[in-house]
Amino acid sequence: MSRIGVFICHCGENIGRTVDCVRVAHNLENVPGVVHSIDYKYMCSDPGQALIKQAIRELQLDGVVVGACSPHMHEKTFRKAAAAAGLNPYLCEMANLREHCSWIHEDRERATDKAIGLARFMVEKIKYNRPLATIRIPVERRALVIGGGIAGIQAALDIADGGREVILVEKEPSIGGHMSQLSETFPTLDCSQCILTPRMVEVAQHPNIQLLAYSEVESVEGYIGNFQVKIRRKARSVDEIKCNGCGECQKNCPNQKIPGEFDRGLGMRTAIYVPFPQAVPNIPVIDRAKCAFYRGKAKGVKKAVCGKCAEVCGPKAIDFDQQDSFVTEEVGAIVVATGYQLYSIGKAQESETLRGYGEYGYGAIPDVIDGLQFERLASASGPTGGKILRPSDGKEPKTIVFLQCIGSRDRAKGIEYCSKICCMYVAKHAILYHHKVDHGRAIVFYLDIRAGGKGYDEFVRRAIEESHALYLRGRVSRLFRNGDTICVHGVDTLSGEPVAIDADMVVLATAMRAQPDIASLAQKLSISYDRHGFLNEAHPKLRPVETNTAGVYLAGACQSPRDIPDSVAMASAAAAKVLGLFSNELLEREPLIARVDQLACTGCFHCERVCPYGAIERKQLKDGKGRVIKIVAEVNQGVCQGCGTCQATCPSKSVELEGFTDEQVYAAVNAL
Amino acid sequence: MRLGYFPGCSLHGTAREYEESLKAVAAALHIELEEIRDWACCGATSAHATSRTLGVALPARTLMQAEKQNLDRIFAPCAACYNRLASAQHALAHDATMASQIRSILDYSPKTSVSIINIAQLLSAQAGEIQKNSKAPLNGLKIACYYGCLLVRPPEVCKFDDPEAPNSLDHIVSATGAAPVAWDMALECCGGGFSLSRTASVVRLSRAILKSARSAGAHALAVACPMCHSNLDFRQQAINKRNRDGEAMPILFLSQLVGLSLGLDPIQLGLHRHFVSPQPLLDRIGMGKLQPERREQV
Repeated sequence: MSRIGVFICHCGENIGRTVDCVRVAHNLENVPGVVHSIDYKYMCSDPGQALIKQAIRELQLDGVVVGACSPHMHEKTFRKAAAAAGLNPYLCEMANLREHCSWIHEDRERATDKAIGLARFMVEKIKYNRPLATIRIPVERRALVIGGGIAGIQAALDIADGGREVILVEKEPSIGGHMSQLSETFPTLDCSQCILTPRMVEVAQHPNIQLLAYSEVESVEGYIGNFQVKIRRKARSVDEIKCNGCGECQKNCPNQKIPGEFDRGLGMRTAIYVPFPQAVPNIPVIDRAKCAFYRGKAKGVKKAVCGKCAEVCGPKAIDFDQQDSFVTEEVGAIVVATGYQLYSIGKAQESETLRGYGEYGYGAIPDVIDGLQFERLASASGPTGGKILRPSDGKEPKTIVFLQCIGSRDRAKGIEYCSKICCMYVAKHAILYHHKVDHGRAIVFYLDIRAGGKGYDEFVRRAIEESHALYLRGRVSRLFRNGDTICVHGVDTLSGEPVAIDADMVVLATAMRAQPDIASLAQKLSISYDRHGFLNEAHPKLRPVETNTAGVYLAGACQSPRDIPDSVAMASAAAAKVLGLFSNELLEREPLIARVDQLACTGCFHCERVCPYGAIERKQLKDGKGRVIKIVAEVNQGVCQGCGTCQATCPSKSVELEGFTDEQVYAAVNAL
Repeated sequence: MRLGYFPGCSLHGTAREYEESLKAVAAALHIELEEIRDWACCGATSAHATSRTLGVALPARTLMQAEKQNLDRIFAPCAACYNRLASAQHALAHDATMASQIRSILDYSPKTSVSIINIAQLLSAQAGEIQKNSKAPLNGLKIACYYGCLLVRPPEVCKFDDPEAPNSLDHIVSATGAAPVAWDMALECCGGGFSLSRTASVVRLSRAILKSARSAGAHALAVACPMCHSNLDFRQQAINKRNRDGEAMPILFLSQLVGLSLGLDPIQLGLHRHFVSPQPLLDRIGMGKLQPERREQV
């Protein structure tokens, strides 16, 4: 016969107002197996917990049911209390009398009856609870960071400085991300490259960081503490070990007129190229789609069409036959820092809704550019050496118009969110323009100015008051070509007047969007993303850098639009989480997972097919002579999340979910 | 191909030449136009500016007539008619309150499956045919395609072409052999229904359109709306007299251009009915003289 204690909590007035807790406790006294039943104002308080501990010790309870709030709130509290009194914590259960009863009902009588039902339900269930032990799994104390922008760099450095090994994977030939393209940064106007490049070099030189640039994550297996990651090292066509970064190959490449991605098409690069002079690693890559050698080969020309780079390369590092290669790394934690893409409003779009803004003529009018292109113009290392010059004729624009919220907050484009950084970088652009162009006139069309952040609003005021940018609240309806100027037709909604401005250049502050290939990465990592493609955090307030897959963390703009300070803060937070995980050799987790009865298992492996986490493994059962008797399913304790799908699917009923066995659930349901 | 035909008031009145050219082109392309019996005003401007319900009920009644006639596609050549019919259908499909109101007014429940097409949709689907049957390709003509405000907008109602950078008319004009020019004012307002009440505004707006087309090097403007046509054609004399902007710009209906390329007679296409004579245009492509004595008063 069981010796169960029942503890009914009033939760102040929260439960007590609607549920007659005294009556509940009295009623439960009469349930067979219950030897002790009391009510108390705050069961989670120290005196409340003391009541439970005392009862366990004095009455030798073998089960505890606490009728209180949601187990999400206090299950851990009460199980800890039970454990402190010497009871196995998994023999303590909660009946949810608050969220499931008092908060949602008004009739006191009927709510009390329901509370009695809920408590009895748990009493019957707990009679079949087994003592369970915490699962301990070993942790591989190395981390993988995906993405080498500022967030990935920060996370990698923090983890590496914490004494753990890091593998940093970057898909582009160089780390640095979008931040390396920026000229200055708001709100302090420090030069982006100047603060970023030392960090990039630090990554390359850090003994704990292994940098795999021009590489992508191919597949991820395993679970927290024990991931196996296969990484594709894309063929650079250049031997990374032999190359000394002298740059002779680039000087001699005959194809010098390829619009460079780094300069957003405003500058030219060669077919063998390093994206920018401060690249890390400083090793070129051959763009095979543009290189004459590969184009000739693709056309079936027998003789090598070109080989200039190989001819001039001193260390003989050019390897035209190089193929993609793969490495597999064991890691215990993964930080995703894949960043964002800028909404390019040109005609080619992946979806119909994103098409549009034809009224702005982006792509058709050469002096209509986007914010990142302006960054390249303003950057000292950019195609114009930091002079603001028009792409069409190289003249200095005397009137420049900035349009905010292009795409952002536009429901018709499916981008309802605010991109967060545009108000600030437009203010920065206006200030930079004022510094660089004498007697220039900057006009900004805005919807709202969102300058929340340290020193942010002051920065926008500086653009208005010191740099004399004219801020007009309203939209621009159309841009017309008017000779070599652009006629901007818009409305100033504060004065209610339509405005027409003859501008020399127009800059569109287009939206921040999720990376285009995020879905495939998310699937590899079993993490979720929202309908815009931004990766989901485990809890928007309390677990902002964790995901729903244990051991996978988020940093930077892959989770939502973020500026540099936010991305860096988030990266450090993710690194702290990783270092926390790595602080123990063994990882503890809840034992509420599936268990296979291997004698009953028929080896049909329906469970394997339905398991969303890939937790089912195949195990050979052997007799004394080592002969295989049968192959059965086994649950990987590290991977199983306790969802119960296998239990519901198993035709021979040989899988049980600990804590929710059929026996427990039937007994509980019969109590109702 | 059999199409329900909704001429609206203009095509039987001020835009006779639009109907004449359409019928000639339709015959040449083997398109059968069956006029909807007992059609009513589409509700443009005056009705829908006065009452939203009336603005939906009038075209809904026409949709009902078409259904009773077993027409599953309705062709509305006038951009305003097209827009009213399509808007009414959109309201019937998406606005339950309005739909029930209309049901009680008409004592009938119009289906929302009838497809309503405008001239851009009709002819761009026929672009291949036009090119194939072209007897007198309009090589050397530069045409500014004028969409106006109602042909492709609002996008949720029209659901075709890009509402801000459309190209369907350009596509059709290319099929005639003429070259569409890149210009700025293809979607700007001509002044619409304010021709009589605020003539000065119409003159100002239409002038900007004509100027833009002229500076883009266009020889003529192609339109798809009788209202746009009347503003740009009829008011052009006043515009030019006041401003001396340059040579007169012939304003042609899209169907007239297509008709010319199909080798149809300019008189049959109603080209003699315009206020701005398209004769210089015809001279440019080596077509005959429009007989002045055959010019009738509308």
